[in-house]
Amino acid sequence: MSTTTTSPAAEPTTLIGKSADYLDQRTKMGVLAKQLVRKVFPDHWSFMLGEIALFSFVVLLISGVFMAMFFDPSMALTTHHGAPATMDGQLMSVAFSSTLDMSFEVRGGLLMRQIHHWSALIFVAGIVVHMMRVFFTGAFRKPRELNWLVGTMLLILSLLAGFSGYSLPDDVLSGNGLRITDGVIKSIPIIGSYLSYFVFGGEFPGEHIIPRLFTVHILLVPALILALIGVHLFLMVLNKHTQYPGGGRTDKNVVGYPAVPAFATKMGGNFFIIFGVLALMGGTMAINNVWNYGPYDPSPVSAGAQPDWYMLFLEGSLRLMPGQAEIVTWGDYTLSLNILIPAVVIPGLLFTFLFVYPFVEAKVTGDHREHHVLDRPRNVPTRTGLGVAFLTAFVILALAGSNDLIATHFALSINTITWVFRVLFFVGPVFAFWVTKRICLGLQRKDRELVLHGHETGRIVRFANGEYIEVHRPLDEQERWLRVNFEARRPLEIEPATDARGVKRKGYKKDKRWQKLSQFFYEDRVEPVTPAELAAAHAHGEHDELEPAHDTPELVSGSGTVEREH
Amino acid sequence: MSENQNPQGPSHDVTRHDGDGTVARTDRFADPGVPVHHPRLADTDTRAAKRNERIIAILFAISCLGTIGSLVAYFAVRPDGTTPGVRLSTVLLGVALAISLFGIGFAAVHWAKTLMSAKEYVEERHSSSSSEDVREVVQQQFKDGLEDSGIARRPVLKGAVVSALALFPLAIAVPLVSSVGGDWNVGRFRNTIWGPGVRLAYDPSGRPIKASDLTVGSVAHVIPDVPAEERETHEWITEKAKAVVLLVRLDPRDLKRDHREGASYDGIVAYSKICTHVGCPVALYEQQTHHLLCPCHQSTFDVADGAKVVFGPAKRPLPQLPITVDDEGYLVAEDDFNEPVGPSYWERLK
Amino acid sequence: MKALAARRHHRLAPVVLLLLALLVTGGVYAALAPSPAQADTASTADIETGKKLFQANCATCHGPNAEGTTQAPSLVGVGAAAVDFQVSTGRMPMQMNGPQAESKPRQMDEEQTAALAAYVASLGAGPAIPTDEQVDGSEGDAANGMALFRTNCAMCHNAVGAGGALSEGKFAPPLWDTSSRNVYQAMLTGPQSMPVFNDANITPDEKRDIIAFLDEQDQGSAGGLTLGSLGPVSEGLWAWIIGIGLIIGGAVWIGAKSS
Repeated sequence: MSTTTTSPAAEPTTLIGKSADYLDQRTKMGVLAKQLVRKVFPDHWSFMLGEIALFSFVVLLISGVFMAMFFDPSMALTTHHGAPATMDGQLMSVAFSSTLDMSFEVRGGLLMRQIHHWSALIFVAGIVVHMMRVFFTGAFRKPRELNWLVGTMLLILSLLAGFSGYSLPDDVLSGNGLRITDGVIKSIPIIGSYLSYFVFGGEFPGEHIIPRLFTVHILLVPALILALIGVHLFLMVLNKHTQYPGGGRTDKNVVGYPAVPAFATKMGGNFFIIFGVLALMGGTMAINNVWNYGPYDPSPVSAGAQPDWYMLFLEGSLRLMPGQAEIVTWGDYTLSLNILIPAVVIPGLLFTFLFVYPFVEAKVTGDHREHHVLDRPRNVPTRTGLGVAFLTAFVILALAGSNDLIATHFALSINTITWVFRVLFFVGPVFAFWVTKRICLGLQRKDRELVLHGHETGRIVRFANGEYIEVHRPLDEQERWLRVNFEARRPLEIEPATDARGVKRKGYKKDKRWQKLSQFFYEDRVEPVTPAELAAAHAHGEHDELEPAHDTPELVSGSGTVEREH
Repeated sequence: MSENQNPQGPSHDVTRHDGDGTVARTDRFADPGVPVHHPRLADTDTRAAKRNERIIAILFAISCLGTIGSLVAYFAVRPDGTTPGVRLSTVLLGVALAISLFGIGFAAVHWAKTLMSAKEYVEERHSSSSSEDVREVVQQQFKDGLEDSGIARRPVLKGAVVSALALFPLAIAVPLVSSVGGDWNVGRFRNTIWGPGVRLAYDPSGRPIKASDLTVGSVAHVIPDVPAEERETHEWITEKAKAVVLLVRLDPRDLKRDHREGASYDGIVAYSKICTHVGCPVALYEQQTHHLLCPCHQSTFDVADGAKVVFGPAKRPLPQLPITVDDEGYLVAEDDFNEPVGPSYWERLK
Repeated sequence: MKALAARRHHRLAPVVLLLLALLVTGGVYAALAPSPAQADTASTADIETGKKLFQANCATCHGPNAEGTTQAPSLVGVGAAAVDFQVSTGRMPMQMNGPQAESKPRQMDEEQTAALAAYVASLGAGPAIPTDEQVDGSEGDAANGMALFRTNCAMCHNAVGAGGALSEGKFAPPLWDTSSRNVYQAMLTGPQSMPVFNDANITPDEKRDIIAFLDEQDQGSAGGLTLGSLGPVSEGLWAWIIGIGLIIGGAVWIGAKSS
């Protein structure tokens, strides 16, 4: 009962208190707890999009463990006996047969399979919506560039996890997907055929690929994902979460709610809600009924042969590429550009854009400050336009990958659809960029108008001299602050080409290129309203009478008198 | 033409700050501070608070009921192997689980939103980098450590360390990579189990095919005629992946050209079913146009014209299997394919 | 005050009027469009009746003796099965040109169809209409049927018969509403783009197995709603619409300030 504390602190009496004391005496946990327990987190629904990915990953782990108890990843052949009737007595791999048993014999087995597959689709979708939010609000700027890279790596790993996962049952649909993968691998110059042997342990399909994918899917990829999620969350807690612009929110503070209890409870509740949605979908909406496709055999193929949605961009680019691009080089070697371009170059370009964007943007702004207050997308028109253009390209490719379903559902010719998408792939993103940028600039101008002239109240006032005006209610401080608190960046200024003595400066050409890119980003801009401009607007207000500015908006019901300002 | 909405008046007073690219204008609005906190209904009205408490308790209770429901469904509903039976079990278990989860989720969120303190706090951020003193100390620590190691004075050791460390992974990587690739015999891509005299058989039943079986407009999916026991092995699946063939009977007047000289027999053509794009089975035969469509990426081949590509991302025509009939009228191959089947690879033509 | 009245109309009024006019025109056409002539029929299905029906409805394209014209192929030797299939699914008489003749409400009733089939069968030997026993799915083996279906049929009609796209606007239709007899007859006669699967290629028992497999699909899916059985694309679409939709809806609710 002796205490080693020097101050006469009270002995802990509750169970929690005693446990905390026990741990602290061995780990100095108190230091950590002090940082975290009442840590302030800003509250906005768009900050919960990353949680979609995080919590669906947890559901994947839970349902995955269940399935791993029943799935047997062997390609050995067996005769299946049992449900469903269409598979009874058929020869198939043990992997496929164990999947059927799990679905039809194990209670809750099909539920878990379906929850797992829906969760996988939602996992990648959650990463995408979260990434969109981060991109459009500029949360990737310093000090969060590293976290952006970690996140993009997580996106790639999620694609790998999904691909390896849905190939495990060894059915015709995913097996043809593996065949396509083999074809893409073979097309790689010089090492392609050897790489194909490496992956499949011999010729396609061999008997090694399913067990190898199983190891990749339950061990290697989840380990990497968990490690990177750890880094991702650690960096987020270390840098503290970003916040939307508003009153009292600066780059030097965080305004929000403490972790314990409100924030943690909402996060926990969100987990249960997400899990609930996934359980509801898994129980009522059929997905990946592999017994409809049948066990993998190189002969059959089904109409509507596509991979899961997140791989559709690859499928679409493979479908759109014209075949003439395969060439035979001197020396009689075959260079399959018709496969390399859609399967390697295009995804390479898309992912490179994602990886380098924060650094490109930092370079064209010359901005090395830390940023913790987010941008409103309208205030960064070029970035928003580029993001929309990227998404447009991605969506067009995904639609191109579904061209046969579009053809049957809208009674169109699949050949026409392919041609339309071939053109749209180039034209669409450019058009989307232009439209988005114009919309952003327009919204910014609308904001300026609002700040300068206030809300239209709809009240018309007639003066004795016969003049009619509409009364405008000025913005309150919070509303105005939201619309003026941003930086309209200007293009980079660079040092002149020649120095004082007329000697040409080294590195000028490179600086000039960056300046040109910076001009593309920031030449067209709308600046925020200044107090002087607002005063000027008041002064010449023949058309818009402004009621005296107030701090709270409640004051503007219909009864105030209107005075003419002099 | 730039689109600046910048006023040109005297307020256009600009000072540039170094290194951050922003424009620090001397003329800016002041931050109005954190908005005034408005209390919620539950904060002021005890009846509302009590009502919310009841709602939360009921939601937790619903969750418990959901859990009990799922346990009842688990023990009472046995999936009997029929589609409706398994469906019933799946739906009941899934919906009950969902109720049990939603109950907790909605209760927790409602509690946080209505009853837990909604007061906003402001916390200071610290700079993301360490302070100057810390950085100096660490720099000194690294310097001391480097000096203690003595590596600066011993350049030979530097080279030795790097060489050894760079090389040792090979001892693991080479066995791993090499063993994973099987026997690396990529020459096998060139041959299939077709050869002179091998009969053509229906897939999947394995019955051999007579030329007279096929009428104009027929399509048959073909495998080499191989005994049934052999077809129940692994190796068979790998061989089948190169050997599958599509057999089509055309009116000889419609058949313009074979891909391979003399390979057809009386209007019957046999083409490899493995697409030359990336290897899917190309199997959608359109009888009236003689076009063969691959469902994966829509490569289209004209069977009446040497299976040349008429649309889509494939480049090369399908390899053709030369066929004839034997004494009993069964279709047989005259030889193996004269080129590797399926997708292209670098050394395909060598 | 015409100008005043003009300004009182909503600016979208002309658009609404135009849409209404289009609707009315279309509706009137659909209601009053002339249907093709139907010959008076006797109640017995016999070759003479069939011949009269043929000349009234089919000869303009297929020729007075079904010998074929530039517009339509010869029907000599196609057999009663082909006629029964095409006419009972309403594909024939074809009403409009398109990438393919599509099934539509049938114009000839059972007796008329049988008469036509008998007439065409009399012109040349061809596949006969199958017996009820031949198309009875309960006698077939669904597992063998599935093995045959996925090798011979799934690439056009989809793994469970949901239908699929062919080139240039053609398509393989869904099979769920097709009668067992028509499934058999389609395999046997190879209508339009579909290849011919004669009895040597897929034996009559195997054809019945395929019918048994298709019958199994009527039970729906063991996993719940089938969502059309269209595969990963529709699954992805629903994941976004329902999954992400509900979850983001939940997030908005969580983040909203309570009253």
